[in-house]
Order: sequence, then structure tokens, then C-alpha cells
Amino acid sequence: MRPTEEKTLVLIPAYNEGASIRRVVEEVRRRCPLMPVLVVNDCSVDATASEARAGGAEVISLPCHLGLGGCVQTGYKYAYDAGYRSVVRIDGDGQHDPGDIGKLLARLEESGVEMVIGVRAEGTNGGFRTSLARRIGIAFFKLLLKPILGRKVSDPTSGFVAVSRRALEVFSLTFPLEYPEIEALVVLQRKAFRFEEVESVMRPRMAGRSSITPVKSVYFVLHVLLGVFVNILRYDGTHGRGQGR
Amino acid sequence: MDRLLLVLTVASVVLIAAVLRSLRRERIRVEHSVSWLAAGVALLALSLSPGLVNSAACWLGLAEPAAALITATLVVFMFVFYRYSRVVSELKDMNITLTQRVAILEHQVERRDGKES
Repeated sequence: MRPTEEKTLVLIPAYNEGASIRRVVEEVRRRCPLMPVLVVNDCSVDATASEARAGGAEVISLPCHLGLGGCVQTGYKYAYDAGYRSVVRIDGDGQHDPGDIGKLLARLEESGVEMVIGVRAEGTNGGFRTSLARRIGIAFFKLLLKPILGRKVSDPTSGFVAVSRRALEVFSLTFPLEYPEIEALVVLQRKAFRFEEVESVMRPRMAGRSSITPVKSVYFVLHVLLGVFVNILRYDGTHGRGQGR
Repeated sequence: MDRLLLVLTVASVVLIAAVLRSLRRERIRVEHSVSWLAAGVALLALSLSPGLVNSAACWLGLAEPAAALITATLVVFMFVFYRYSRVVSELKDMNITLTQRVAILEHQVERRDGKES
């Protein structure tokens, strides 16, 4: 057993993923039998919680819908308080291959960085098709983030990430509420934390469809753009009085 | 202009009275009533001082003093709304933290109960 496996939590944020969550949890447990799996149920109206439990996951159910960022942060807070050394976040729709969790963790351990991102590798996406709007959005944010982060980032929207305990400490206090992946990179950059990328196979989702509609895409771009600049300008002297662990 | 000043005087008095009534019935917290009372008093003072409105119009280069009055009213409420956006944001942050805390504690209680039984 690798030391990272002893204290690594697999985190699956889920909102109305009842049709796929059980299979995803079972696959994660089959591939990574030593790692506890935590599903944070973002006040789903379907059977997400019971299906996740049936698959063998621990479930934290939020009493109100917080959105992806609030949901993921709940898992980070829990993991930090419980003393986990690292967390691997994976989507509940089956797009990420749990077989790559080990790859992400190995890179996190070897490189000593604070975050490893599983990126959609060109030519290795077995059946995964990224929409045109998403490709344009990714290209735009790649260009925007390059000078801010001082390095190239292949897929800033990937939700398949492994984070270290130091990153958990930061994220448990500051984490974007909506569309968190891109802003989270800027949050890390402000702390002079580093990240690495690992190529990963992306699969078609097992059930349901993306909640990002064309109108939401425009809102997404504007929201994230503002969030990125706010994170660059943020003053660290005082936290908002509402922030807390 | 006189009619506009009169309307502003009445509106300011109604605003101050409504805030005081809500305070008495504990429907608004004292700390949140201060901005509205300050805005009401500022607008009341402005509506009772036509000379001040004329000077402001001159200074702003406006031919019509009514325009200065409306601008002043907008500026006062702009600050009140800004203050309340901050209050709402703070409350949202607190709600998120509490929601997360409740969910985590509930999970821990369920686990403990599961182990005990």
C-alpha cells in the first residue's frame, strides 16, 4: 500500500446523478479498494444519496443546493478536518476514468506540487466529444491564464484533480462557488502553489447531460472572467466576515 | 421644482416613519436601519433647502435644479444599495459555511450512531 493511499479520500460532488453515481462509486471502489469514497450530495431531488450509499460510499447531504464550488468545498473541509493527506476529486457522471486516480496521486507524491489535474488528452479520448462552445471557452481561458499562471495549462476546466493537504487548507477557506476549476487555479497561484498535469482518458457521461446551455456558456465566461480578476486583485489583509471553516 | 421638493419631503418623512415603525415592531435590526434613516434624513434636509439644491445645480452646471435633486437622490440610494449588497454577500457566505458545517456534523452523527448500534 502506498502511503498516499492510506490517507487519500476520493471525493465525488453530485447533483441529480442518481442514474450513474452507483456505477461510478462501485468502479472507484473496485479500482481503489483502499481509499474511502465520499459523495457530497448537493441537495439532489433524485436518488443520488441512496444510490451512492448502495454503491458503498459515505454520503454527506447538503440541506440546501450550494452549487458545484460549495459542494466540492464541503468535501475539502471534511477531508482537511479528518486529517487526510490528499483528495482526488472525480465527477459523478462517469466521464473520468477511476483507473487514472493512481496516476494522479503518484504524480502528486513524486512532484511535490499542490495539485495535479487530469487533462483531456488529444487523441486519447475514447468516445468523448467536447462541444464546440466548450472548446472555444477552453481555448479562451488557456490564453487568458497563461500570463497569469506563468505557464501553459491544457484544460483549465477539468474536474478531475488530486490536491495535497496544503491545497486543502487553502481551499477549505477560499473556494469559488460557481464554475470553480479555473478560479481555483488563480487561488493556488496567489499562494505560489504549483500544479502539474497528467493526461487522462475522458469518457462519455454514463447518464444525463451537461447543465451548460448556450446562454449559460456566456454567463460562465463572464462569471469566470470576473472571478479570475477578482482573485488577482483580492486583498489578503482581512477575510470577509462571512468566511469561515 | 417646489412640487418636486414637496414630494421629496413627504417621501423622506414616510421613509423615516416606516423605518421607525419597523424598528418598534422588531422587523428590522437597529444596525440595518441606520443606512435607511441616514438616507431619509439626508433627503429630508435636501428637500427643505432649495438654496442648497440651486447651489448644487450651479456647481454641476445643470440648468434645472430638479436634475441636481434627482442626482443627489440617486447617489444617496446608490450607497444604501451598495451597503446592502455587502450585507447580503456576507450573509450568503455565512449561510454557505453553516450549510456545510451542518451537513458535515450530520454525517458525523450518523456515522457515530451507526457504530454504536
